Amino acid sequence: MLRDITLGQYYQTESVIHKLDPRVKLVATICFIISLFVVKSWVGYAVAAVFLAVMIKLSNVPFKYMVKGMRAIVFILLITVVFNLFLTPGETVFSVWKLKITREGVQLAVMMAVRLSFLIVGSSVMTLTTTPNSLTDGMEKLMRPLKIFKVPVHEVAMMMSIALRFIPILLEETDKIMKAQIARGADFESGNLVKKAKALVPLLVPLFISAFRRANDLAMAMEARCYRGGEHRTKMKPLKYAARDRIAYGVLAAYFALCIVVRIYL
Amino acid sequence: MGIIKTDKLVFEYIRRDEEGNVEGITRAVDEVDLDIAQGDFVAILGHNGSGKSTLAKHINAILYPTEGTVWVDGMDTQDEKQLWDIRQEAGMVFQNPDNQIIGQVVEEDVGFGPENMGVPTEEIWQRVEESLKAVGMYEFRKYSPNKLSGGQKQRVSIAGVIAMHPKCIILDEPTAMLDPNGRREVIRAVRALNDVEGITIVLITHYMEEIIHADKVFVMDQGRIAMQGTPREIFSQVEKLKGLRLDVPQVTLLAYELQKSGVALPDGILTVEELVKELSAVYHRG
Repeated sequence: MLRDITLGQYYQTESVIHKLDPRVKLVATICFIISLFVVKSWVGYAVAAVFLAVMIKLSNVPFKYMVKGMRAIVFILLITVVFNLFLTPGETVFSVWKLKITREGVQLAVMMAVRLSFLIVGSSVMTLTTTPNSLTDGMEKLMRPLKIFKVPVHEVAMMMSIALRFIPILLEETDKIMKAQIARGADFESGNLVKKAKALVPLLVPLFISAFRRANDLAMAMEARCYRGGEHRTKMKPLKYAARDRIAYGVLAAYFALCIVVRIYL
Repeated sequence: MGIIKTDKLVFEYIRRDEEGNVEGITRAVDEVDLDIAQGDFVAILGHNGSGKSTLAKHINAILYPTEGTVWVDGMDTQDEKQLWDIRQEAGMVFQNPDNQIIGQVVEEDVGFGPENMGVPTEEIWQRVEESLKAVGMYEFRKYSPNKLSGGQKQRVSIAGVIAMHPKCIILDEPTAMLDPNGRREVIRAVRALNDVEGITIVLITHYMEEIIHADKVFVMDQGRIAMQGTPREIFSQVEKLKGLRLDVPQVTLLAYELQKSGVALPDGILTVEELVKELSAVYHRG
């Protein structure tokens, strides 16, 4: 049922990574992604691979969940590999008709593939071990300095968490409207793409109207409960760094330093 | 002066056409005088469009009077400086349970009000625990609101209001979207709050069964207060209620019809037990 839908791809289990502060995980993911672009040599990728493998092991999430995220990018991966393979100039090793595969091309294609898949798996580690809610909290806290530049950090975070709360409700509503329309002879299945898109109009209009109505009600309910933006607000579950978070930052710094060293000397 | 007082309260909705010209004015609330004492259980009754929800929104300072004044605990709702105090003292529960729950976990939603008020973290937890226990939802504190039934969701909404430590709670048709079981759950929770915690309750509804426990009932029609009194006084006027397009509870109606056809029953019978008692008294008298 739509009601039981899980948002994001959080995988519920006990692990050190699950317990880490969301801010640490966010910073770590960003650092890991940057590090993938810092290293240029096979030794560098080996370092990244070891780091990633250790994180996956620590997270207690089955490896097949990690790879699931890859399915979405198979196509992009393929295109990248093919383009790099054929369009990199250099020493030819193999040629078919007008297409030449070069030694440099093979090297680059493999590197790009490794880079992209590490990137996806790396961010999966974060999304699989952090609930969307604490992720939003972490983002709010991390972006707080941006307030100086008048970025509405609290508001954006609040919008994200409200969106997360309402996605299942709106999905259920879509389902209901769809069934109501089907009961009255609407056809969402057959026809070509244009026809299918047109069939969605009678679904989207009531859905939007109802979403606006909900938004109006919710705004009123929030005001009635004294909501007045981020000012004066306290937190029920404030984020606090624990010892393990500091250790995690240490590990992260060491990894990043190693990547830079590898880049310079190897 | 009671906790809630209105003086000649008037509210007009102004309808405008696409260019913004005034098309017409609807008087939703028309010269309403209310005086509700601390600790009372008050019910406001009326059919759709009688102005009862509009009236309720004035008590929480969501709407401001066009004319007249509303005081909550001595504070004028038009005084912007006291706006947040008023909203804290007069909590509001709305009709649709889905559209008033903000948190993704029950306990987070209950903590939303205290968070907004700037209550320190430890106290928020304490308040959340108390409030959830008061409505009997403590064991569901870690649940997602999407997995609760309508009645449970509405009880969470009530807990969210109680956590703000209000002096009175206004419930705007809290049971309109619930099944009979959910309706009973919610009304039971509301009555307990009134009896145990002494919180003033303003219950807006069109279900007659829900108001028989009220201390005082106001019946609204076309923005005005058409009748007021105890539930017994109200329900003894069956014909007048019918004129206002309101149904009386089935037991009351049955007693009324019996009375009309000559059975010697007193006016305004509210519960099945009462009717049984009176009928057996009539039977024994012969």
